[in-house]
Amino acid sequence: MAVRSSIVGLDSPAALQHAFVAAQYLADDGLATASFLALAMGKPLLLEGAPGVGKTEAAKALGAVLGREVIRLQCYEGIEASAALYEWNYPRQMLAIRQAGDSYVNLYSDDYLLTRPLLAALKAPTSSVLLIDEIDRSDHEFEAFLLEFLSDFTISIPETGTVRATQRPVVVLTSNRTRDLHEALRRRCVYHWIDYPHAALEAQIVMMRASSVAQATADAVVAAVTRLRAEPLAKPPGVAETVEWAEAATLLNAQGAAWPAAFARAIGVAIKDHDDLSYLAPRLEALLPGEAA
Amino acid sequence: MVPACPPPIEAFVRFAALLREHGFAIAPDQTQGFIEAIELLGPRSIDDVARAGRALFAIPREREPAYDALFRAFFLGEAVVTPAPAPADDEVEAFDPTGASREIEAIDEAGDPGQAAVATERLAQRTFAARSTSDTLDRFMKRAPAALPRRRSYRRARVRRGRTLDLVATLRRAARHDGELIDVRWLRRKTRQRRVVVLIDVSGSMQQISEQALTFAHALVQVGDRVEVFTLGTRLSRITAGLRARDLDDALAQVAAIVADFDGGTRLGDALQAFLDVPRFGSTARGALALVVSDGLERGDPSVFVDAVRRLKRRAWQLHWLNPLAADPAYAPRTEAFSAVQRELDALGDGASLDAMCAHVLAQAGRP
Repeated sequence: MAVRSSIVGLDSPAALQHAFVAAQYLADDGLATASFLALAMGKPLLLEGAPGVGKTEAAKALGAVLGREVIRLQCYEGIEASAALYEWNYPRQMLAIRQAGDSYVNLYSDDYLLTRPLLAALKAPTSSVLLIDEIDRSDHEFEAFLLEFLSDFTISIPETGTVRATQRPVVVLTSNRTRDLHEALRRRCVYHWIDYPHAALEAQIVMMRASSVAQATADAVVAAVTRLRAEPLAKPPGVAETVEWAEAATLLNAQGAAWPAAFARAIGVAIKDHDDLSYLAPRLEALLPGEAA
Repeated sequence: MVPACPPPIEAFVRFAALLREHGFAIAPDQTQGFIEAIELLGPRSIDDVARAGRALFAIPREREPAYDALFRAFFLGEAVVTPAPAPADDEVEAFDPTGASREIEAIDEAGDPGQAAVATERLAQRTFAARSTSDTLDRFMKRAPAALPRRRSYRRARVRRGRTLDLVATLRRAARHDGELIDVRWLRRKTRQRRVVVLIDVSGSMQQISEQALTFAHALVQVGDRVEVFTLGTRLSRITAGLRARDLDDALAQVAAIVADFDGGTRLGDALQAFLDVPRFGSTARGALALVVSDGLERGDPSVFVDAVRRLKRRAWQLHWLNPLAADPAYAPRTEAFSAVQRELDALGDGASLDAMCAHVLAQAGRP
């Protein structure tokens, strides 16, 4: 089995994991293996996980690793072909009709075609990573359409013909799992469930993202966030919240707040739901980070 | 003739077969992908094989422990730690009058509280007293079609005013006027009524209410588009066909003949799992409004129940629970299982009477 030419130099999961670090993203073994397999086998990579575990970041890091532009399609309820594939530029077509007068004008040439993410990725399969974000928000009909797109990578435009990818593009799909995806779609992809990073890895992430934070602060915040995630919250803090919390507390401390108090005052960047906060309020002190030098 | 697989590859194929035996849905091309992936990875260690399987078989998160146990048993020779098959009488049956009835294994540990419910389980049929339709029902049937939730369709319709230009139709008209754009045509997304799945608890504790719930379901089937109705008890029965009969008394008589477990024990969790596990039943919940009419008093394994509700919630568009006990404004769930379930719900409604159930659906009008 030939490894695809586009990933020369990334010939093992370990090499890819290394490249992720260079792109400022810390991937665990499972994610590195799944991404490697997706690239090597030419299959889409499906990432599922709770909000805030870094699914979209993983896709962006993959783009950086491959030196490719990330083309993002954000899904939403009611998304349709004109937002995902292409649309005709009606105002320009109208103007063209007016200007043409009696002469012939081809209204269905590329000049009047507005490419949307899926078509854009098909036209540049070797220089882009297609990110289909939060696919669980789209409707079932759109999911069925994506299934078709992901199996043959062709788009047919009735007015002009079929656009076919010269090579299978790199595709990353993410889902927050607000609903179950169709089995057929899961089957077509290389699947990986991204969990919250384990404590040591999360502390490393904090240190990498926020250079001002001390190691002890990072460890204390990560331990606190782990405790908070075990609570039945509506919006458990994600990795970005951990980083921000550590950063905010460090900032307040530099301005003179004592340690445990600095964490408490900065809680607003970690817990962003009023009901969650009032639920935690009675026990907040025990849940907060302890002493941090 | 099919060439025989070399022994190492054969082991991977057998592993896929083992997973399938344990209820993982695995397609042949996934097995092929799994073998390809192992080859690509080296494999440097047994962990690579495990990861390749997890990625290519798309193992859902909650089934990872089961997968890992099978993996260790198969490749490392460890004892299987997955629950032993349940005794034959401890099963929830999926019953569909249009096809052969189907039994679904309920994974239960020995000595679980569900046994108590099974012991008291009795299959009973019910006769319904004849009665005429009320004003509430007439009103409900008139208003329900407009109140049921709708979703935007993928298709478009031509409309007088809209935001997307129907260029084909506009140009065709322009051609009639010497290329002058006088009459502009527009398109708009059509909307379609969402599927509705009604799951009615017919166990003993729901005895007072199940007839009203069935009357409510009958009205919905009559006026709604793509409404499916199931009863949950010690069995799962699909009663949509029975409820299609126009006359309420005819419909209820048909349902009484289909449903064999009125007023029996409560095994909600297992019945819901059975509903989700039979693809032709479970797929009806996809993107649908799921209405569960039940008091949520589960005597089986609470974790199975909570897990089933979570699965249903993820499959459906919205999950509404019509609970007769919730009629009391001071209602708070008495069982831990139901308080866990309550957090998953999009709405907890009053299911104490026919009027309350109808009112809940009518109140959905104008919601997204």
